[in-house]
Amino acid sequence: MPIYEKKQNMHKILIFVGLFLIIRIATAQDIALIKIADLEKILEEKSEKVKVINFWATWCKPCVAEMPQFEALKANKEFQNVEILLVSVDFAQDVEKVKRFITKRQLKNKVVLLNETDANSWIDRVEPTWGGAIPATLLIDGRTNRRLFLEKEFHQNELEEVVRKFINQQ
Amino acid sequence: MKLFLIVFFFLCNLLPSKEVTKATGYEVGDFATDFKLKNVDGKMVSLADYKDAKGFILVFTCNECPYALLYEDRIIELHNKFANKGYPVIAINANDAVKSPDDSYEKIQKRAKSKKFPFPYLFDETQEVTKTYGATNTPHNFVLQKEDGKYKVSYIGAIDDNSRDAAKAKKKYIEDAVNALIEGKPVPTTKTKAIGCTIKWKS
Repeated sequence: MPIYEKKQNMHKILIFVGLFLIIRIATAQDIALIKIADLEKILEEKSEKVKVINFWATWCKPCVAEMPQFEALKANKEFQNVEILLVSVDFAQDVEKVKRFITKRQLKNKVVLLNETDANSWIDRVEPTWGGAIPATLLIDGRTNRRLFLEKEFHQNELEEVVRKFINQQ
Repeated sequence: MKLFLIVFFFLCNLLPSKEVTKATGYEVGDFATDFKLKNVDGKMVSLADYKDAKGFILVFTCNECPYALLYEDRIIELHNKFANKGYPVIAINANDAVKSPDDSYEKIQKRAKSKKFPFPYLFDETQEVTKTYGATNTPHNFVLQKEDGKYKVSYIGAIDDNSRDAAKAKKKYIEDAVNALIEGKPVPTTKTKAIGCTIKWKS
């Protein structure tokens, strides 16, 4: 093989590695630590979108199991008018663990960490009927503030059905 | 009649759907039922067995929930602090062993042994007791006060306000509740909520 071809191949490999690194860095999002007042603002903010807010934690097995459904929802063009927010209730000390989780799973959805310790002081501010179990998901119509709260795990493909039904009830 | 039923079901559908397997459960002030469940030592345990108890700290917990595990040592402390004052801890495993294999009878026996639980750790195989009390997540706690042979629910909720770090807890709900009951005072906070794992119900 002529030497210049080898060089070209080297270049190709370097470009490929570089691109791969850029993609990895781009997907490793920095997550914001927010307080309950910030979350309330997000919930109440008027918007043309339907908000899907999922409460989860890295230690919660059923939460992790349903995570791909939220990613699929984001990727699905049918739900372009849906805005997804994954609210981690992991301890703030574990923020690096949450970041690693996001990178490893290549999550495209926006993630924030709710930096509160006394759950009794904020659970009712999200939803008075919430017992405190996760996973839990809140659907909000940004225009009318109509809400649907589900304290449960979604079985295969159930999330899309639930969101579709919620949108069609408009 | 048919039309009435159709309208009725239509209206039911309009109600906000909350697809949770939630039995009615107890509220503070209700009288709780006794039960008979198998302990990790193979013996059956009932509230009625505790002739001298003034009340109970009932803990619905499990082996697999990280939040439940974070509270294990605090539950042992509660028992050591209050059992001789008439308020022992009774722990009940709330999960279905099929849905959550870590909560099989053998696994809860192992857990009780390795943590040297000084209180019973009961196996609620049918989950009837968990459902009747209305526990929804683990750990979910109930403080009962004996009144004329009945068991009055005096507190429902969390152990304290900091799951991660016992040393940083500012409000110790169960301690405060039991201390108030011992002193014959009203329980300061009767109901709280906490983040926890969903109970894995039998399908």
